[in-house]
Amino acid sequence: MENVRLIEVKEEIMADNNQVAAGVRERLRNTKTMLLNLMSSPGSGKTSLILRTVEGLKGAVKLGVIEADIDSTVDAEKVAARGIPAIQLRTGGFCHLDATMVTQGIDALAAKELDLIIIENVGNLVCPAEFDTGAHKNVMILSVPEGDDKPLKYPLMFTICDVLLVNKIDYLSLSDFDMAALRKRVLTLNPNIKIIEVSCKTGAGIEDWIAWLKKEVEAFRLG
Amino acid sequence: MHELPITESILKIVLAHAERNDVRRVMTIHLQVGKLSDLEDEWIQRYFDYLSKGTIAQGAELKIERTPITLQCNACAASYPVAIANLSDSACPACGQKDSKLISGREYYIKNMEVQ
Repeated sequence: MENVRLIEVKEEIMADNNQVAAGVRERLRNTKTMLLNLMSSPGSGKTSLILRTVEGLKGAVKLGVIEADIDSTVDAEKVAARGIPAIQLRTGGFCHLDATMVTQGIDALAAKELDLIIIENVGNLVCPAEFDTGAHKNVMILSVPEGDDKPLKYPLMFTICDVLLVNKIDYLSLSDFDMAALRKRVLTLNPNIKIIEVSCKTGAGIEDWIAWLKKEVEAFRLG
Repeated sequence: MHELPITESILKIVLAHAERNDVRRVMTIHLQVGKLSDLEDEWIQRYFDYLSKGTIAQGAELKIERTPITLQCNACAASYPVAIANLSDSACPACGQKDSKLISGREYYIKNMEVQ
């Protein structure tokens, strides 16, 4: 029997993705294009929020969108119909986007000289939280029908985001969703997160989101 | 759910180290994975068994050590472990403040491997 040896490996499993992500951030920093990664469960309103954002930024910020979808182009078509450059990445069953996939989207939008690119990540509160896309800002949506207990179930997602948009507040009166409990849970996980209550349906709170976004894009442009 | 790309990455790193060290067979791989990760140990092993077929890492056993979730208090700088269930309602045991930052629990790390 041959002797067993121990080899010290000491390597980060995510090193490859983290390196590509750092490259994406640097490249977009040089072209002054802010990259924003939008994450949520399926059906919480990512596409509706993007359509509201297209309206809110009109004339002020040049926007492009990278859509991730398991196997359809429905979302990209909706965005492109508003005259916004949109790239659909088909993830072919993957549960998240990684930095290499995002690079393909950015390459396709590169000629447009954009101020802001929004990634609509795959609808999922688990996997996208683990993979750095190269985004400068991470934003998540939680919609009222999903419940106020989600920070207890998916803590990592709430931990990595800069902004939490609580969408579908027009449903609040029909639900036992406890906004104060949600805020407390989220802020304990991540004291620096900004929480904005919105309804993509009625437009409530959207101006606060647009104001935050414009301020961040401007700050990014000035470096 | 994202075990597959993680496992691909593990295999790639393991094979690179095996080649550099004249390894004939990889027997055991020791990983450190943070408790905040939703990885299922069983699925990592299954994917690994599938992906490693025909390589010198075929048949290797993955031993996964779960590193605890540790917070550091922003007020008094004490660090303390916390269970995932209590994460969104935890206070510093030293001073009672709730303002803290995560200092471990998200690791994805290959520590070492036993080889022949």
